[in-house]
Amino acid sequence: MSAGVSGTAAQGTPGAVRVVRPREPAPEPVADDVTFPKLLYALADRYGDDRVALQEKRYGIWQPMSWAAYRARVRDFAHGLAQRGVRPGDVVAVLGDNRPEWLISELAAQSLGACVVGLYPTSVGEEIVHILSHAQVRVVVAEDQEQVDKLIRLWRRLDSVETVIYYDPRGLEHYTEYYLVEFTAVEAHGREYEQDHPEWLDGQVAAGRSDDVAVICTTSGTTARPKLAMLSHRNLLSMGRSLMVIDPLGPRDRYVSFLPFAWIGEQMLTLACGLQAGFTISFPEEAATARSDLREIGPDVIFSPPRIWEDMLSSVQVRIGEAGWLKRAAFGLGHRIAGRVADRRARGERVRPLDRVLQLVAEVTVSRPVREQLGLTRVRRCYTGGAPLGPDVFRFFHAIGVNLKQIYGQTEICGIAVAHRNGEVTFNTVGGPIPSTELAIADDGEILLRSPAVFQGYYRNEEASRAAVDEDGWLRTGDAGFVDEDDNLVVIDRAKDVRRAPDGTQFSPAFIENKIKFSPYVEEAVVFGGEADDSVRSDITAMITIDMATVGAWAEREHISYTTYTDLAQKPVVYQLLGEEVHRANKDLPESVRVRRFLLLHKQLDPDDEEITRTRKVRRGVISKRYTELIDALYGAADSVTVRTTITYQDGTTAERKIDLAIVTMDDFAPAPKRRRFAWSGR
Amino acid sequence: MPTVVSRAYRHDLNGSRLQPGTPQLEIDDVALRFNGVHALRGVSVDVRQGEVHAIIGPNGAGKTSLLNCISGLYRPQAGSIRLNTSDASSRELTTTRPSRITRWGVARAFQNIELFKHMTVLDNLMLGRHVHMKHSVWRSFVYLGPARRQEIAHRELVEEVVDFLEIQAVRNASVGALPYGIQKRVEVGRALCLQPAVLLLDEPMAGMNAEEKEDMARFVLDVNALAGITVVLIEHDMEVVMDICDRISVLDFGRKITTGPPDEVRGNDEVIEAYLGEEAA
Repeated sequence: MSAGVSGTAAQGTPGAVRVVRPREPAPEPVADDVTFPKLLYALADRYGDDRVALQEKRYGIWQPMSWAAYRARVRDFAHGLAQRGVRPGDVVAVLGDNRPEWLISELAAQSLGACVVGLYPTSVGEEIVHILSHAQVRVVVAEDQEQVDKLIRLWRRLDSVETVIYYDPRGLEHYTEYYLVEFTAVEAHGREYEQDHPEWLDGQVAAGRSDDVAVICTTSGTTARPKLAMLSHRNLLSMGRSLMVIDPLGPRDRYVSFLPFAWIGEQMLTLACGLQAGFTISFPEEAATARSDLREIGPDVIFSPPRIWEDMLSSVQVRIGEAGWLKRAAFGLGHRIAGRVADRRARGERVRPLDRVLQLVAEVTVSRPVREQLGLTRVRRCYTGGAPLGPDVFRFFHAIGVNLKQIYGQTEICGIAVAHRNGEVTFNTVGGPIPSTELAIADDGEILLRSPAVFQGYYRNEEASRAAVDEDGWLRTGDAGFVDEDDNLVVIDRAKDVRRAPDGTQFSPAFIENKIKFSPYVEEAVVFGGEADDSVRSDITAMITIDMATVGAWAEREHISYTTYTDLAQKPVVYQLLGEEVHRANKDLPESVRVRRFLLLHKQLDPDDEEITRTRKVRRGVISKRYTELIDALYGAADSVTVRTTITYQDGTTAERKIDLAIVTMDDFAPAPKRRRFAWSGR
Repeated sequence: MPTVVSRAYRHDLNGSRLQPGTPQLEIDDVALRFNGVHALRGVSVDVRQGEVHAIIGPNGAGKTSLLNCISGLYRPQAGSIRLNTSDASSRELTTTRPSRITRWGVARAFQNIELFKHMTVLDNLMLGRHVHMKHSVWRSFVYLGPARRQEIAHRELVEEVVDFLEIQAVRNASVGALPYGIQKRVEVGRALCLQPAVLLLDEPMAGMNAEEKEDMARFVLDVNALAGITVVLIEHDMEVVMDICDRISVLDFGRKITTGPPDEVRGNDEVIEAYLGEEAA
C-alpha cells in the first residue's frame, strides 16, 4: 500500500515526528456563504414536492414530508422563534428522541443565525441544568410529557430558560405552566409574524456565513462534565465532503436516524452528509420498533457506536444458540468459510478458486439470510466509531458480507477524521486520514489531527479551548496511538488509560475489555491493573456486568430460576458460565495481560449513576472511586466481598442491603469438564 | 404529499356525552339469585362520569356477578341498572341483550383473557370497531369505495389506541405468542376501540408481576385522565386500588357495605370486619 507524504516533520508542531496525509485529493473547500439552511432551500427548489425529505413511521405507516413541506415548516418555526425573541448568536436546546421536529428546530435556529445544542433524551437533573445554564439557553424544544415534566421539576434552577416548546401534546392538555407552548402554535405564530415581516427571514438566511456556529455538541465526558464544543457550518460541511470523497453518497441512498442527535455522529450523517447528498432520512416509530423499522427501510448507510453492532451480533449468537443442531452446524460451517475468505481479503491476499465457490454457497445459505434478519441487505457504507470495536465483532460482520469500517475522530473534529478504505479494512487499525485531514503523532505518542473540521472552541471555556488546539491548528486528541508501516493509524486508548504490564509491554484496558465483551453474556467489562494504575497492582483484574437478556435466556434454557438481576448475577452457575468466557478470552491474550481475578457486579452500569456516558463509554474515574472496596478485594486474597447498597422503593423509603459478591481466581478456575451447550460464537 | 403536522390524537375515545361528575351508571337495588344462592342482595351503586370506581370485597362477595349484570351476561331478578346517555334520557340494561349493551357503550375486559389468540393484535383491535362499522357483508367483501374508506377511518382510531397503549412493536404479532401483561393490554385496547362510555375491567392486574402491574396501573390512569373514560374495576391488590381509584364500593356476601373515597373506606369498621373476620374486629 502506498501512502501519502511521510517523514516530514510538521512545521512548528512540538515534537511531531511525521505527518500522514491522505492519498485522495481534497474536496472543493466550503465557500464562505454556505450554510445548512441554504442547502435546504436549494434542495427544496430542486425537488419541491417530488421527493421525500423526511419520513417518520406513525400509526404504522411511513408518513412522508417533501422537501418543500420541510422548508415551509422550518420557515414557520424560524419565524415563530424570532417572534419569541431568539436572536443571532443565541442557543436553542432540543431535548427529545429523533423526530422531524428535531431537525426543523435545528434548521430554524440556524436560519436566524442562532445555533442548537442537543440533550440526550435520557438525560436527567444535573446534566440538564449544567448544559442549559452553561449555554444560557432561552428556548428549549422538548418532545413530550416525559421531557416537559423533567424541565418543570428543574424549573427553578433553569434561570436562563424563558420558553419550553413541546411537539407531542398528548398528556399535556391540562398543563397550565405559563412558559409551555405547543410546537404547532409556535408555527402558527410564525406565520403571523411572517405576514408582518415579509422577506425578513430570507435576509437572515442569506446573511448566514459558513463560519457561524451551527451546532453545539456535548463531548462524551468520560473524564469530567461534558464540555460544549462549537461546530461551524464549515466544520460539518467539510467533514461531510471529505467523507464522501472516499465513500460517495447520493440522493437515492436510504438512512435511518435512530441514534441521539445530541451525538456528533448523527448530526454528521443527517445534516453534513444528508443535506449535501440530499437523501431521505427515516425516523423509526418508537425506540422499541427501531430494529424492525431499520429492517423495513434497509438503509444504504449506517453509522453507529460499537454498542449497536455488538447488540446485533449478540442477537445472532442467541438465535443461533437456540436453533436446532443441524442449523447450528450449517451456520457454523458457512460462517467459517466466509470468515476465512474475509480474513484473506482483509490481508489483501488472493482468494483460492475453491474458496470462492464455497463462499458463494455460504453466501446463499448463511450470510445473506443473516444480513436480511439484521436489515443489512442493502447496506454499502457502514461505520463504527466513538469507541473501539473488538476485532472479533469486526470479523463477524465482514464474514457475513457487511463492509463495516472503523472510523476514528472525536466531537472536536466533527466525529470523523480517520477511516478505513474499501479493501483495506484491517481489524486492528482505524485506517488513514480522510481527505483534507492531516495526522501526526507527538513525541509522547499523542495523536494530533488538523483539518478544516477542527472545531471553533468550547462554549464559554477559553482555557480548555486553548489547551485543545495549538497555534498551528493541531487538535490534541488525548488519545495514544501510532502509525503502522502502511500508514494506518492504530489507536491504543485514551492516553491516560494506557498501562504498562509487569513485563513492560504497553497495553490498553479497552483491548482486554473488548476481548471479554465479545461474549454474548457480557454487557460491560472494566479492567483494572497495570503500572499506570497505582503501581503495585500490576495484575489484571476485571469487573464484569452480565447481559440480562442473554444470561436470562440461558438460565431459562437450563431451568435455573432467578428473580432479579442481582440474584442472577450471583448464581454460582452464572459465575461458572462467565468464568468460561473469561477463560476463553484469556487464551487470546498475551500471558502478561491475562485476567487473574474477576467478579460479577450486582448491578448494571448506569448513565444515571454517571458510571458510563450516554454513549456508553466507561467512566473509569467514577468507577474506581465508587467501587474502591471491590477493587481492593480483587487485589486481596478473599474469594468474596460484601457490598452495601441502598435501595429506594417507590414510596420513597429506603433500605440498606448487604450483598456478597463472589470473586473468581482464574488460576483456580476449572472449565466445566462436560461439554456445555454454548451460545454460538464466531470463534 | 400530505404532511401530518400535529401529534395530538384526532379521535375522542370517550363515548359518553355527559358532564364529568354526573351519574353515568345507576345500579339500583339489584338482586341476583342462583337457585338458593343469593349472589347479590339489593346492591345499589352509582358510578359518576369521569371517575375510576373500584369494586372490592372478599372472594365470593359478588363482584364479578355485579359486572356480569351490568354487561348483560346475567339477568338480575330484581332491581334496575340504568345507563345515562344524556341529561334527559337513560337506558335500562337489565332487560337488554349483551350485544346491544356493548353498542350503547359499555365495554369490558375479562378476568381471563378473551382474545382471538391466532389473530394479530391489529385484527383483535379492529374487532373492537365492529359495532361502529356500517357496511353490509357484501360491500365489505368487495372492499371498494365506501367500505374501504370506512376501514381506513377505523384503522386510524385503532392506531391511536395502539399508540396510547404503547404496543407498536407488537401490532402485527399474533396475540397468543405475546406475554401475559401485553395480552391484557391488548384486551383493554380492544375495549377502548369501542369508544366506550363505561369501561369495565375485571381484575386487570391479576397474575402480573410488579412491573406489569405498574404499567397497567399507569394505563388505567391514562385512560381515565387523558381520555376521560369512566372506569369500573374489580381488583384484589389493595395498594393499587387505594392508589388509583376515586371511589370504592365494598361488597360482602352480596351486600354493599359502603361507597366512598379510599381514605374513608380504609377507615370503615365494617370493611375492616369483612376483610379480617369478626374476631379481629
